[in-house]
Amino acid sequence: MLPYTTFFVLSMFIGREVLSKVPQTLHTPLMSGSNAISGITIIGALVSAGMVGGVWAKWIGVIALIAATINVVGGFMVTDRMLEMFKKKPQNV
Amino acid sequence: MFSEGFTAGAYLIAAILFIRGLKKLQSPVTARRGNRLAAIGMLLAIVATLFSQQILTPAEMIGGLAVGGLLGAVMAKRVQMTGMPELVAAFNGFGGLASALVAGAEIARIVEQGGGFGDPRGHTGAYLSILVGMVTFSGSFIAFMKLSGKMTGNPIQFTGRYIVLATCSAAAVGSIVWIFLGGDMVSLIIILAGLSLVLGVLLVIPIGGADMPVIVAFLNALSGLAAAATGFVLSNTVLIISGALVGASGIMLTRVMCVAMNRRLRHVLVGGFGGDSDDAGDDAKQLEDGRTITSTSPDDTAILLSYARKVIIVPGYGLAVAQAQHQVRELADVLQEHGVEVKYAIHPVAGRMPGHMNVLLAEANVPYDSLFEMDDINHEFESTDVALVVGANDVVNPAARHDQTSPIYGMPILNVDQAKTVIFLKRSMRPGYSGVQNLLFFEPNTRMLFGDAKDSVTELVTEVKAV
Repeated sequence: MLPYTTFFVLSMFIGREVLSKVPQTLHTPLMSGSNAISGITIIGALVSAGMVGGVWAKWIGVIALIAATINVVGGFMVTDRMLEMFKKKPQNV
Repeated sequence: MFSEGFTAGAYLIAAILFIRGLKKLQSPVTARRGNRLAAIGMLLAIVATLFSQQILTPAEMIGGLAVGGLLGAVMAKRVQMTGMPELVAAFNGFGGLASALVAGAEIARIVEQGGGFGDPRGHTGAYLSILVGMVTFSGSFIAFMKLSGKMTGNPIQFTGRYIVLATCSAAAVGSIVWIFLGGDMVSLIIILAGLSLVLGVLLVIPIGGADMPVIVAFLNALSGLAAAATGFVLSNTVLIISGALVGASGIMLTRVMCVAMNRRLRHVLVGGFGGDSDDAGDDAKQLEDGRTITSTSPDDTAILLSYARKVIIVPGYGLAVAQAQHQVRELADVLQEHGVEVKYAIHPVAGRMPGHMNVLLAEANVPYDSLFEMDDINHEFESTDVALVVGANDVVNPAARHDQTSPIYGMPILNVDQAKTVIFLKRSMRPGYSGVQNLLFFEPNTRMLFGDAKDSVTELVTEVKAV
C-alpha cells in the first residue's frame, strides 16, 4: 500500500507543477483531455470483462468497459476537435 | 503472451506520454500534439493489457470496446461547441461510473471465486472507488441535465436538505465501517453504491448556473480520484499515476474558478447562488427608484464603434445562449477593416465551465492571441473608447469592488467602467446571476442596447458596413 501511496502523492505534485502553467484559454481542452486520461480505468475494465468464470464480475466489467471506452474515445476526439480550432492571428494581416 | 515486465514497461511509457501530453497543453501551438500524445499513451496501455491478459473470452472485450468507442465517437463528432459544457460533464460521469464498476467487478470476482475476502480493510480502495465514482456519476448526470437545459439551471433547494445530506454521508461512512466490522460485504457495497448515487444528486442539485464552472471542474477532479482509487484496488500504478494527474488538474481548475469568484468551495457546495441569468425577469421592479438608463440603437452604436480607436469586447454566458460568437467575430472583422483595434477580455468564470468563452470564440475563428485574460487586459480599459459587453453582467459589476453588502463583493472584475463608453448588449434589465443590480447600467457613460445578442450584433455589422 505504501509505495502506491507514494506514487499517488508524487503524481499529484507532478500534475500541479505541469498544469499550473496551462493558460486560461486552454482550460476547457485541459478538462476534456485530462478527463479522457482518467478513462485509464479502461485497463481495469478490460481485465474484468475478459475474465473467465464469474458471471457478475464479467458483466459488470463489460458495462465498465463500455463506459470507460466512451470516456476515452469521446474525450480524446472532442479535445482534438476543439484544439484544431485554436488558431493564431494570420501573420500577413 | 508477454511477460509482466513488458506490460509494466508499456504502462510506464503510457504514464510518461500522459505527462508529456499534458505539458504540451501549456501552449495552444503544441496543445493538439499533446492531446494526441496522450491518446497514443492510452492506446499503448490498452494494447499492452489486451496482450498480457489471458484472453479467453475476447468477444466481450472487443464488443465492449466497439460499442463504447462508437458511442464516444458519435458524441464527440456531433456535439455543437455550445453543447460542450454538458458533454464534458457527461464524459466525466462515464469515467466515474467506469471506475466504480471496475472496483465492483473486482469485489464480485472475489465473491464468485469463493475464497473469502480476508481482512475487509484490505479492500478500502474499492469502497473509496465506489463512493467517489458513483458520486461523480450521478453528480455529473445532474450537471449534464442542468447544462443542457433538460432541467432548470436554477438552484433547487428544499428544507431539510442538510439533514438528508448529513444522514446520507453518515450512512455511507457507516456502511464502510460496518464492512470493517465484518458485515456482509456484498449487500453493504450495494447500499454504499446507492447512497453514493443519492449523495451526488444532492451535491449538484442546489448549484446555480453561475457556480457551474466550479462544480464542473470539481467533478473533473473527482473522476480522476476515482480512477486513482481503482488503481489501488488493482495494484496498478498507471491507474494511480493517471488518476492523480487528473485529480491534480481538476483541483487546480476548481481553485482557479473559486479564486476568480472570490468564493470558497465550501460555500459553492452549499449552493443556491444564482440561476440562469438569461431568463426573462421582472423588469419594472428594478427601475422603481427613479434611476435612469440610456438606451441606444444599433445605428448610433455602429457610429460610436466605427469611429473608436480601440474597442474591447467582453463576452459572457449570454453570448453562448444567443450563439452569437460568429456574428461577434464578423463585427470585429468589419471594425478592424475600419482601422479599429479590437481585443477580447475574458473573465475566468464567464460561461458555464472553465475556458467556455475561449472555445466558443475559437470555433468562430477568433485567433487566440486576440483573447486576453483579466489580469493582462484590465489596465487597458482606461485607454479604451468602447467596451462592448455581450451577455456578461456580474463579472463587470463595480459593486464587487466597493459594496461590502453585495454578494459578489471581493470578486475580481473586468474594469469596463474605466472605458470612455460602455455598451451593454442585454435582453432585459434583469440583474445577473447574483441577483444584484448593476449600477454601471445607470452611469452616464453607459448605453444599453436591448435585444437578443445575435440579432443586435447582426444589425451592428450591417450598420458598421454602411458607415
